Amino acid sequence: MARGETAGDPLNAFITLAEIPPRGPGRLSGITVAVKDNISTRGVETTCGSRILSGYVPPYDAHVVDLIRNEGALIPGKTNMDEFGMGSSTENSGFGPARNPRDPERVTGGSSGGSAAAVASGMARMALGSDTGGSIRCPAAFCGIVGLKPTYGRVSRYGLVAYANSLEQIGPMAANVSDCSLLMEVISRYDPRDSTMKDRPYLPRLNGDIKGMRIGIPAEFFGKGVDPAVTDRVRKAIGVLEGLGAVSVECAMPSMEYALAAYYVTCTSEASSNLARFDGVRYGPSPDIRKPWHEAFQEMRMQHFGPEVRRRILIGTFALSAGYYGKYYGKAQVARQHVREDYARLFRDVDLLAGPTMPTVAWKIGAKSDPLSMYLADILTVPANLAGVPAVSVPCGSVEGLPVGLQLTGRPFEDEQVMNAAFAYEQAVKA
Amino acid sequence: MVSEEEVLHIATLADIGIGTGELPPFTRDFNAILDYFAVLDRVPAGEGWKSGIANVLREDEVTPSLPREEVLALSEAEDGYIRAPRVM
Repeated sequence: MARGETAGDPLNAFITLAEIPPRGPGRLSGITVAVKDNISTRGVETTCGSRILSGYVPPYDAHVVDLIRNEGALIPGKTNMDEFGMGSSTENSGFGPARNPRDPERVTGGSSGGSAAAVASGMARMALGSDTGGSIRCPAAFCGIVGLKPTYGRVSRYGLVAYANSLEQIGPMAANVSDCSLLMEVISRYDPRDSTMKDRPYLPRLNGDIKGMRIGIPAEFFGKGVDPAVTDRVRKAIGVLEGLGAVSVECAMPSMEYALAAYYVTCTSEASSNLARFDGVRYGPSPDIRKPWHEAFQEMRMQHFGPEVRRRILIGTFALSAGYYGKYYGKAQVARQHVREDYARLFRDVDLLAGPTMPTVAWKIGAKSDPLSMYLADILTVPANLAGVPAVSVPCGSVEGLPVGLQLTGRPFEDEQVMNAAFAYEQAVKA
Repeated sequence: MVSEEEVLHIATLADIGIGTGELPPFTRDFNAILDYFAVLDRVPAGEGWKSGIANVLREDEVTPSLPREEVLALSEAEDGYIRAPRVM
């Protein structure tokens, strides 16, 4: 095993290189599947991109890891990520930033940036990522690959290190829709160990037929802050879908105004509770046991958590504290319900929603220096997590050589339809 | 506006250490983020988020667990106990 930034990994796509062997022949035989480093692998270090889990070797496999190994996948290593998934660029990794294969001076997107870089550079054929507010779709868009955030409850989170339970899902990433669909098929098998999981396995239906499909185009997805060159690429892609017989419908999603704030209040609140477990007592670097409890923890956590993780724990603790709960957490949950209702209303009229995955192309490493400007980049991806609906990012050309992603969002448990529309688009532009 | 003292107080509650030099930038960023969250004041009244998820219960049956030695090996264990800082 070896750390990233090694000769074989110039993009720093991996935190740990390790050959985790398959357990049996199956549909993934002969296929390499890289695994994000917040997904537990028995006997192989799992850091979540954090120094606080440096040296942590899980005594069990995540359900999805079991499934892919049983189907014959070889895992070449654990991929780089923003610490605990907190970031949109993979610059917040405790092990150095991952680099975009299209331009190593630029970010991969995040937080599953290592997974995207590994697939886009050919180091792995497929990868697993996790998506709390866009962490699969953003790096898929920035690196020019396909990434699906499944419907909430469609993939077991057993063995995924928790960041924001009500929002996050594990999902597949690959260079093309067929591979992404195959990996989704393998990982969607029911697991009673995740009590939020539904027994609704994904059954691929990639026939490319989207004739008569109604596609909503929410005006807010092309609003302020979206690069006109990105808008132009995505509008052209929607034109391709129309050429295949889909009908586009202009529509509105007013809850987009406060969706991002609702997302950040919710995810930081959940994180502030989840990350309390990292106290170094049962695993991870030990606190100084000669010191009093709180003093020892504060010292150890300051030393091993990066600034963004501490910032989110602070915001979440504040949003849940007496006197502020109603103003922040309570209001965010009302806003979240409005987002769900907006989707429900739109999906009574249309089958899918289309728009850009990200408002811009990949930025230069170090270009976003304040946290809020990084958060704002997630505006187009967080609504799907707030509502639990499936959304895919599929490459739709480039702007000045940098990839642009088309985001297609569907009704809950219609991941098949979302993937089929992505497939139809991919085949049409390939031909 | 949240003051540096308040940020320090929250950090203490959350068991997150903040270095002296970090306090001004943390407070500045914290306030910028809270300013952005003010958009939530414009959210129309309504009910909170309904997850549609119910508690899932199972029979209280003993099932195999993780091997004790492997779990203890992750910590600074002593005589089969996990060591922790003193509470009192």
